Amino acid sequence: MSEEKKHPLKKVIIVVAKGAIEDVYAGLVMANGAVMEGIETKMFFTFFGLDAITKKKMNTLHTATVGNPAMTMPGGIPFPTWLGGVPGIEAAVSAMMRKQMEDLDIPPVDEFIEMIVAGGGELYACKLAVDMFKLKKEDLHDDIIDIITVGDFYEMSDGQQTQIIFT
Amino acid sequence: MAEKTYAGVTVNIDDDGYMTDASQWTKEVAAEMAKEDGMELTDKHYDVLEFIREKVNSGATLTIRAIGKSGHTDIKGFYKLFPGAPLKKATKMAGVPKPSSCV
Repeated sequence: MSEEKKHPLKKVIIVVAKGAIEDVYAGLVMANGAVMEGIETKMFFTFFGLDAITKKKMNTLHTATVGNPAMTMPGGIPFPTWLGGVPGIEAAVSAMMRKQMEDLDIPPVDEFIEMIVAGGGELYACKLAVDMFKLKKEDLHDDIIDIITVGDFYEMSDGQQTQIIFT
Repeated sequence: MAEKTYAGVTVNIDDDGYMTDASQWTKEVAAEMAKEDGMELTDKHYDVLEFIREKVNSGATLTIRAIGKSGHTDIKGFYKLFPGAPLKKATKMAGVPKPSSCV
């Protein structure tokens, strides 16, 4: 049998376009994991994904308690849709989710970003979405390198063994 | 299970080269392993390796975050000490199993 030549991943670009806790953390965990493997890593935040790098919002992200069919109560009991709409429930469920992640030594969003940057990862914000949400560079986490266009984004995605992941 | 000799000590290793018996570890073994990766270990490296051994042998899950908060180095420093894939490299040289955590 002939030996197959392996082509390990060299660069990964992770796009975060949604702002729910689970969407943001999926992107952050994958980015941090890539950095830890020595893979060149860039993140691109767009639309509601910008919440993850907006100073005022990043550490209080929510998960959806309405319209989320995977949501259950502790112990696997079904989570009634009407309950999800009760004021305060979404905040409480979201706080509980953040607490559970903290217990697994998964840091809050701002610290997670600092970990990724400490390992050499680069973070960018999408110009179109920043304009749309009327944000300024000062509103974003200090580690955001730049606000870039989709053209810039594709330019930085060059090279063989590069993958773009959209979460 | 394979065996490999580092600095005159025969150690048991798994398929990925991680030692399977932490008690066989010595500083000299770590130094030899590091040489394979073209690295020279300093006291700073050993501080981190000792921390990893303590943490893992106490049964705790090892994360890069915990190392950053260990007081021995910060995360940036950790990446500098063990360039490339720091957690994988450091656990290997510390003679503990391959990390099972995602962070």
